[in-house]
Amino acid sequence: MSSKVIQAMYNDDDILMSAVKETRAAHHHIEEVYTPFPVHGLDKAMGLAPTRIAITAFMYGLTGLAVSIWMMNYIMIEDWPQNIGGKPSFSYIENMPAFVPIMFEMTVFFAAHLMVITFYMRSKLWPFKKAENPDPRTTDDMFVMEVALEGDEKELTSFLEKTGAVEIKITEKH
Amino acid sequence: MYSFSGKLKITAIVLMVIGILGVGWGFLNTPSTVEEAKEIVAHNSANDSHGAAASHGDSHADTHHDASHDEHVFHQLQNRPWSAIYVAIFFFMMLSLGVLAFYAIQHVAQAGWSIVLFRVMEAITAYLPVGAVILFVFLVLSSMHMNHVFAWMNPELLDPSSDSFDQLLYDKKGYLNVPFFLARALIYIVGWILYRRYARKQTLALDNAVEGNLTHYKKLMGASAAFLVFFLISESMMSWDWLMSIDHHWFSTLYGWYVFAGMFVSGITTIALVTIYLKSKGYLEIVNDSHLHDLAKFMFGFSIFWTYLWFSQFMLIWYANIPEEVTYYVQRFEEIRLPFFAMVVMNFVFPILLLMNSDYKRLPWFIVIAGIVVLVGHYIDVYVLITPGSVGDQWKFISPEVIGSALFFLGLFILVVFNALTKAPLNIKGNPFLKESEHFHY
Repeated sequence: MSSKVIQAMYNDDDILMSAVKETRAAHHHIEEVYTPFPVHGLDKAMGLAPTRIAITAFMYGLTGLAVSIWMMNYIMIEDWPQNIGGKPSFSYIENMPAFVPIMFEMTVFFAAHLMVITFYMRSKLWPFKKAENPDPRTTDDMFVMEVALEGDEKELTSFLEKTGAVEIKITEKH
Repeated sequence: MYSFSGKLKITAIVLMVIGILGVGWGFLNTPSTVEEAKEIVAHNSANDSHGAAASHGDSHADTHHDASHDEHVFHQLQNRPWSAIYVAIFFFMMLSLGVLAFYAIQHVAQAGWSIVLFRVMEAITAYLPVGAVILFVFLVLSSMHMNHVFAWMNPELLDPSSDSFDQLLYDKKGYLNVPFFLARALIYIVGWILYRRYARKQTLALDNAVEGNLTHYKKLMGASAAFLVFFLISESMMSWDWLMSIDHHWFSTLYGWYVFAGMFVSGITTIALVTIYLKSKGYLEIVNDSHLHDLAKFMFGFSIFWTYLWFSQFMLIWYANIPEEVTYYVQRFEEIRLPFFAMVVMNFVFPILLLMNSDYKRLPWFIVIAGIVVLVGHYIDVYVLITPGSVGDQWKFISPEVIGSALFFLGLFILVVFNALTKAPLNIKGNPFLKESEHFHY
């Protein structure tokens, strides 16, 4: 298997989208696409599997809900019951309405933060990580599509040019 | 063009006939004297096999209750069919009013996605003139003392020499008096109907306008913006007048929003259900599953918004524990517990679990199931808003008059809405963002 890739650069997200569709229709393997901003529908056009982050978010939310129930029971009922506004905290269920805002907040807190951490882990991002994008211009105004180089080099190059690429580079896969 | 199928028309008429029979039964079984009322109450508690109710019945036998209580129960029983009708009148009026607000927001926001649904929304709001006028007639009948749904209309309560003089109500009489009450109702209703007629006229004119002519479009947007200002004020005051005044000692500053949230989510659900019905009959071919997805997202979001307001209102009153405020919830917890909590489950737990998954929001049958639960849930919500104040512990949800009035107005709603659908082409034309709506995809 060849370790060479072709990097085709585009300067417009609409052109990139149609290029991705054409390339896939011509049975070339797209390794990766680098964009300066999220392009709507690109994941579907590339044929990526649907994200499962929503499922994890639901489970994280349930975890947060459970933690908040346990936490409020420990703080307000078991460890240090207090009489607040004439409502003595000796029973969890009788004081439950007061804990609902905390349950809600903890659900959101857990879902949001753990979802971000999950996202970073899945996309292999961490502090001080070296950037993987092949060209610094992909953080500004350029879109790069990386296609595995198999078979005729010239044929693929001219095909990519036809899809609207403004620049084409052939490099070793890193 | 949509043609009203005979099958649906007959279904609607059958619903109305069953409804009239149910309501008629309700009126025939209303006591006309205090003695009859006592008999009904005694009969009801004797039939009840429940332990608590049986002991309650014993206390009746002990002639524990005085004459004024019997009189009170008599009035509550007399109110029962009236109150049941009022719930149905308000609920179906609220559906079309919620849709009208949603429709105006689409115009003001220049929303692209929803344009293909405008004709459905316009058809649903066609019920507003019918429903609002019926509601106004009901209010006039109430102020003529045909019923005692609005207890504050009783002039005895305002008479300082009377035994039943009510100082708190007397202090409110500058706002809460019959002529001003009816005048306000008239202003709200006329304002809503005027906007609805104007907007309908403009979209029909837009259909026939030359391409690129945006005068109607701009007029529509301006009128919708003005309407929304009027609506937010009138809706809030409407909820105090028509619902909150039934419990005339109690007040909540959140009430207008709470009623609005229920109205909005039920209205959007109605749009979704009518759209799915029309699509299943082969109409509205440009409406795709992304449009449904967006409607379902609104259903999901506003169900949670409704719950948020329901809980906010409850928690503040529960926490502060001020007697004059807390009586409202004490009554609902003690006298009407099952519907009160069942509707929270139907309006919150069901939609949040059924509609959370993104893929399910695109399945029509899933939206239909969730939508029916939400609509029934909000019907019970309106029932719980009105009934404890007008009927007290004499309520009976599963009874011919409650179900009958719901069916009657459902039938009327279907007749008016689907008749309005036949009046104009279902596919709108001339809107500058129409292409965006046709190609809308998520």
